[in-house]
Amino acid sequence: MARYLLRRFISMILAIWVVATLTFFIMKALPGGPFAREKALPPSILANIEERYHLNDPLLTQYADYMVRLVKWDLGPSFKQKGRDVNEIITDHFPVSAQLGLSAVFLSLLIGIPAGIISALRQNKWQDQLAMFLSVIGVSVPSFVMATLLMYVFALKLGWLPAAMWGELKHMVLPTISLAGFPMAFVARLTRSSMLEVLQQDYIRTAKSKGLSQRVIIYRHALKNSLIPVITYLGPLVAGILTGSFVVEKIFAIPGLGRYFVQSINNRDYTVIMGITFFDSLLLVGLNFLVDLAYTLVDPRIRLMDGRK
Amino acid sequence: MANLLEVRNLRTHFQTYAGTVQAVNGISFSVAPGEALGIVGESGCGKSVTATSIMRLLPPNGKIVEGEIDFDGRDLASLSEREMQHIRGNEISMIFQDPMTSLNPVLKIRTQISESLQLHQNMTKAQAAKRSVELLELVGIPSPAMRVKQYPHEFSGGMRQRVMIAMALSCNPKMLIADEPTTALDVTIQAQIMDLMRELRQKLNTAIILITHDLGVVAGMCTRIQVMYAGRIIERGTPDDIYYNPKHPYTWGLLKSVPRVDARERRRLHSILGQPPDLLAPPEGCEFWPRCDYAMEICQRQKPELANIEGEHETACWLTHPAAAAHLAAKGGPAQ
Amino acid sequence: METPVNVNQFRPVAKDIQMAQTIARPSTTYWQDARRRLKKNPLAMIGLFVIIIMVLGAIIGPFFCKYNYSDQDYDNRLASPSKEHWFGTDNLGRDLFVRVLYGARISLAIGFFASLINLTIGVLYGSISGYFGGRVDNVMMRIVDVIYTVPLTMVVILLMVLFQPGLKNILIALGLVYWIGMARIVRGQVLAIKEQEYVLAARMVGANKWRIMLKHLIPNSMGPIIVSATLNIPQAIFQEAFLSFIGLGVAAPMASWGVLADEGAQAIQSYPHLLFFPAAAICITMLAFNFLGDGLRDALDPRMRR
Repeated sequence: MARYLLRRFISMILAIWVVATLTFFIMKALPGGPFAREKALPPSILANIEERYHLNDPLLTQYADYMVRLVKWDLGPSFKQKGRDVNEIITDHFPVSAQLGLSAVFLSLLIGIPAGIISALRQNKWQDQLAMFLSVIGVSVPSFVMATLLMYVFALKLGWLPAAMWGELKHMVLPTISLAGFPMAFVARLTRSSMLEVLQQDYIRTAKSKGLSQRVIIYRHALKNSLIPVITYLGPLVAGILTGSFVVEKIFAIPGLGRYFVQSINNRDYTVIMGITFFDSLLLVGLNFLVDLAYTLVDPRIRLMDGRK
Repeated sequence: MANLLEVRNLRTHFQTYAGTVQAVNGISFSVAPGEALGIVGESGCGKSVTATSIMRLLPPNGKIVEGEIDFDGRDLASLSEREMQHIRGNEISMIFQDPMTSLNPVLKIRTQISESLQLHQNMTKAQAAKRSVELLELVGIPSPAMRVKQYPHEFSGGMRQRVMIAMALSCNPKMLIADEPTTALDVTIQAQIMDLMRELRQKLNTAIILITHDLGVVAGMCTRIQVMYAGRIIERGTPDDIYYNPKHPYTWGLLKSVPRVDARERRRLHSILGQPPDLLAPPEGCEFWPRCDYAMEICQRQKPELANIEGEHETACWLTHPAAAAHLAAKGGPAQ
Repeated sequence: METPVNVNQFRPVAKDIQMAQTIARPSTTYWQDARRRLKKNPLAMIGLFVIIIMVLGAIIGPFFCKYNYSDQDYDNRLASPSKEHWFGTDNLGRDLFVRVLYGARISLAIGFFASLINLTIGVLYGSISGYFGGRVDNVMMRIVDVIYTVPLTMVVILLMVLFQPGLKNILIALGLVYWIGMARIVRGQVLAIKEQEYVLAARMVGANKWRIMLKHLIPNSMGPIIVSATLNIPQAIFQEAFLSFIGLGVAAPMASWGVLADEGAQAIQSYPHLLFFPAAAICITMLAFNFLGDGLRDALDPRMRR
């Protein structure tokens, strides 16, 4: 297990390094360099930037400096907003995104997993068909369509819930549902197919031959095994919710990091784009590592799988 | 002595997309307390389906369409699922072919042995855990107190089958059904497992139904043997009857395909040409005639019934009919 | 109880190995079997039908329309759906139906070509890795491990920021990034074939080997690749729509569905039809590909064969 986790850890560090390097070289590669591009750059910012980035140093020195700054967790100043730096932006806006994202993760697991289990146990009955019908729609509707549709119906037409703003519970309902729609549907499908697969395994037959009741068989013998694929999906799930938050926050005007990111893209605020990209990547890679950790705890087979694939 | 198990005219069918498969086609047999019955046949002959019918563990598309399974005064074929759960693992237990996949990979051995004890014997968790260690010891697993805390993947195939046997015997069942318990194992391990089962049968006086495709495996273990072909029993008797005085051409073929180390001259291993019939549409007459060197016209037309030879020896073959004597003499009987 | 026995019937007959070897079920090849099962799946067939209609509409649809994607009807700006303009018009008076048709060209092309690029890179990478095995495989798969750990959507966003929006650039970005899954699948299949090849080589004479490879092994391993490629198409359309929505899509005048939906979403309060039609087009395409992909998976999975 230790070796498996070590390998994952090295992958994680390498992945972060790849992203960091990419952000650095993309900044450099932007036509004419990011700083020469806009004419109306206030001199104060320009001076600040030149001083910070040592733009006249050799490329390799700049790269090394950049990496050192990242390690020290200094993501640099905003390129468009005077006096703001990326660290500050993240501290200000990330908590909102985290709150929204976490509630979407919980919602999607809370509904997706039971729906998948019920579907599998009622295979080809109406419960299954209904759940699978809804879930195939769920995986086919992009979150921005879901978000605008929900907003149109429940906020603009029916007026039950607010269409924008942030702060109270009622503001969270529609964005959370829009964000959770796809992963919820995906989790339901995944749980169903893995449950069906597990129920066909020999050890389930063994459990039946011991005289265990259906309930015990499902909860003790089938559930843990069938949730293993769901755990491995948690990484992509979080990634999807994070990128989904870009559009959902934009639509519902939620003051989170996602909306800020989209604004930066539209303003071509390159330092902020790179900073948030790096932060998000770090977040996702770190979470993925936690998922791997959880996975080894759930599946005892992996603990002995040192060196093997 | 009253029989422990009495199966009467059991028919089990499967619904598949291609039609109804008549997997078990009206078989009757009995098992006395403490007896070991061997059921032998090729894959697909209905021997495993017989076992899963008794346990009522058929897949959703399988159904017992006719017959009684009388076990210790109850008809298993008509019990409710709840009543059946009380019998499984408690009065009848079962071990399966592939020990590598028959244990749950994410549960400790202790949990898997304990659960039937807690369920059927009302033991506390601590009692069951203690008993699990004793059971592992009983089936010959070294350092059981340590092993019981491990997971299945930490055991070899033979060791896992021992765990399966420990699990199956945990509640002192009256009958154990072993479905090809050694097929997936190495030959040396096979012998060990068979020895273990023989020993435990004597110690615990559990009746055993041993299902296998290998006549060699049942020889030293079973008090009676029955040979199945295409969902029917075609010959049965004591091991002596089957090995030294077989009457059915299919049994002859099976015996010739068992490798013998004691044979004087080098001999080609025999194989029975052709395939068993498709049980979607079994032939009208004897199921074996298309592959039978001794086939007669009547075999194509009429199914032979099980007929008594002597003592417990019975066979379902027209060759045992007096009218076939001339034909059999001309062909020269089985090459022993 | 005894049925009477006709003593005259105890005449010997020859056994019939032929009969004992005929199998009552019709024997079908892998592809016949798959096609039969796909045809029996109504959702997959509906999906396939919808995709064909969409593709036809995208290719020849615009020739039969009165308007061009850039034609402006100044008197009918932001009009609701009518006989004149089936899907209504946008703020410049352009016919939305025609724009959605042209959008289909862009979006379907992105889906198809991005999937094709992924397939090409994935097949090359995966088969090299699987074929050579050993150290080469080890190194190549470690690289894949690392790339797999990188959040790919973020990389696509970065690339799009660098490249500037455009059809070609979106294709390059999507194609360069999402081949990892395909490479893994292909490698797995190549390894499986190699393994079977050893067994085969031990069992039979040389001449038959290639035939069996071609007839059985390769078709069986094609299944997962085809399914994955099919499901990559809606994935790419999804990605493009997402990128459009955060301002990195294929820019006007010939807009993709994602761009149209983005424009529509801004005017959702007053002119919901501007969002509704492009969004519906995206969703229907997704549904169709998902249905077809699921159906293909069920049809091509050899384990399902019974």
